Amino acid sequence: MAASQFADSGADLTLVGIQKRFPGFTAIEDLNLEIPAGSFFALLGPSGCGKTTTLRLVAGLEEPTAGRILIGGKDVTSTKPHQRPVNTVFQSYALFPHMTILENVAFGLRRRKVSDPVNRAHEALRLVELDHLAARKPQQLSGGQQQRVALARAIVNRPALLLLDEPLGALDLKLRRQMQLELKTIQEEVGLTFLHVTHDQEEAMTMADTVAVMNKGQIEQMGAPEALYELPHTAFVANFLGQSNLFTGEVVESTSAVVAVDVAGIRVAVPVARAQRHAGAVTVGVRPEKLAIHRDAPPADSGTNVLGPGRVIDVSFSGVSTQYLVAIPGAGTIVVFSQNREFGPISHVGDDVWISWNVEHSFGLADVPDEVQRFAGDTDTKSIAAQRREALIAELED
Amino acid sequence: MAFAAFSSTSVVAEPAPRKKSRIALFLLLPGILYLVLFFLTPLVSLVLTSLQAPREFGDIGQYDYAFNWQNYVQVVDAYWPHILRSFGYALAATVFALAFSYPLAYFIGVKARRWPLLQSLMLVLVIAPFFISFLLRTLAWKQLLSDESFVITSLKALSLMAPDAHFTGTPAAVIFGLTYNFIPFMTLPLFTTLERLDTRYLEAGSDLYASPFQVFRKVTIPLSMPGIVAGTLLTFIPAAGDYVNASRDFLGGADTQMIGNVIEANFLVLQNYPAAAALSIILMAVILVIVGVYVKRSGTEELL
Ligand SMILES: Nc1ncnc2c1ncn2[C@@H]1O[C@H](COP(=O)(O)OP(=O)(O)OP(=O)(O)O)[C@@H](O)[C@H]1O
Ligand SMILES: [Mg+2]
Repeated sequence: MAASQFADSGADLTLVGIQKRFPGFTAIEDLNLEIPAGSFFALLGPSGCGKTTTLRLVAGLEEPTAGRILIGGKDVTSTKPHQRPVNTVFQSYALFPHMTILENVAFGLRRRKVSDPVNRAHEALRLVELDHLAARKPQQLSGGQQQRVALARAIVNRPALLLLDEPLGALDLKLRRQMQLELKTIQEEVGLTFLHVTHDQEEAMTMADTVAVMNKGQIEQMGAPEALYELPHTAFVANFLGQSNLFTGEVVESTSAVVAVDVAGIRVAVPVARAQRHAGAVTVGVRPEKLAIHRDAPPADSGTNVLGPGRVIDVSFSGVSTQYLVAIPGAGTIVVFSQNREFGPISHVGDDVWISWNVEHSFGLADVPDEVQRFAGDTDTKSIAAQRREALIAELED
Repeated sequence: MAFAAFSSTSVVAEPAPRKKSRIALFLLLPGILYLVLFFLTPLVSLVLTSLQAPREFGDIGQYDYAFNWQNYVQVVDAYWPHILRSFGYALAATVFALAFSYPLAYFIGVKARRWPLLQSLMLVLVIAPFFISFLLRTLAWKQLLSDESFVITSLKALSLMAPDAHFTGTPAAVIFGLTYNFIPFMTLPLFTTLERLDTRYLEAGSDLYASPFQVFRKVTIPLSMPGIVAGTLLTFIPAAGDYVNASRDFLGGADTQMIGNVIEANFLVLQNYPAAAALSIILMAVILVIVGVYVKRSGTEELL
């Protein structure tokens, strides 16, 4: 009986047209998602974009305003949380304060009458290296230890679908790497489906098969980590996942091979296949590590984009690479990462330099970056105070 | 003493910061004085009275200090049915009050969180009966449930009650009265714990395959134990010593007399002060033992 209590393999998860409205606030707007069984899916996004809400909807702790949720092909939209083959590692841990660590971990096993819950719980605790604290109560543990207990409490059930809400956020780097490995091993061994929410883009990229970037309750783009990094579709993804240099200009040339825009009088080209839009104002981007710095103007070449001359305004050394900030009139400030193949920087502050990159490395975005701040809507006390002061100054001037 | 159950930490005298402990002592002084004057003195007097012997050739109600421990044997021998009845009624009233108050407190403290106005309104309604003397309220119930009352005549007309049956004067009436009078004492402590109940634990429970009933039994109840212990103590202790509801003037009858009624009669009517004192001490001792065992068994020391 015991073995059949555990999922033999992961289940796939399908979200169809999910919408979630709280009174006066739409947290999720038309979310469609397909996670194949046995895959490691990472959900990445800024704070407040609806990641936790998505997990709560899947776990059944929140009811969608519209849309359907399917787990393993079965529509579970109207089933109760305890009937779903899903476990959650909560962002707030939510360890039962009146139970010992061991009883916390054994809770799910006991509810399903799995044989030998105590030994299985000990085993799960050994996995997160906390078996020696099994008799303690949650309040007697540090934050990171509590987080590992939360992880053990969910994983011990071997659910077909495991939801992880920033499960490693409170751990130090070494422990985090170790837990990442453990998680990946468990996931691959049993072929479970993991839906992993994280702030840490490196974690998302190294662990996940598929990464989805979420923004304002919608998925902006999803795909393999490499594809997402090398070919972002929107300005948000380009800047949220790693850094990007973006140039916006009108399209001046559109052939079957390349689309070129005019950036401060200079032609910047992007391959047609890598451009989301081919007419009007188009934003072209390139990753900082793809750029090369030149002391002299490089020869013009149709396979290379060249910007310059500009002035180096900042050089910061970071071991493996050096980051240069180059101000180019009309094109803004450009970030360049350069590998430290030589001793010392290749340019210094105040130098006049040119920048070039392979046209193939450009990407064309579907939207134009908005200048507005991401959290402009926030009404924290500071910004309210600032607004008040401005209003007062304006009044006094009248 | 029973209130020791509510204190979260025992006072530990720290020897190191001298000045601090002196200030603490100074602040404790009024309380200590009050306890010595109004608790310890009467207690000593009560113990001494309970051991008194009747004055030789004296009048009724004249006693001398002695070590007449036979008083205890006599009162237990004479009144053991009343003692048993008291604790039986108190237990029944506590159980009924808990069964009534828990859902009420849960609704006010958890479900009504989204509507603060409704929450306050319901709390006011729970407390509202306190604005009227409980003697008056109990008398009102006597009227409402008397043989000629609408309730009883209707029940009889519907053949739900035998034509010659009564409600007032029966054990059921006394338990009803006790339950009614102590419901606020049960509801308020339950409310204060349930109000702070973190519903994320309940969500975690249901996420870990616990059905709503299992979540209630395994998570909600243990987490609300402090309120349950406080509420049951605040109901059980005064209910066991109550002498109003069971009195013949209110809801009781000849065979529903509780220990409180016996103590009252011995003090005020029979003028058998030693018997009354001995009964009081027995009542106190039994309650202490019951409460001690209960608090220990419910294992709430660390939750309190
Ligand atoms: N019960 C609720 N009522 C109203 N608004 C809510 C509720 N729960 C969440 N929200 C709002 O929905 C949005 C998404 O919240 P959510 O918790 O999903 O964010 P998140 O992406 O998990 O953020 P973080 O990374 O900070 O955990 C937030 O703006 C939040 O304020
Ligand atoms: Mg969250």
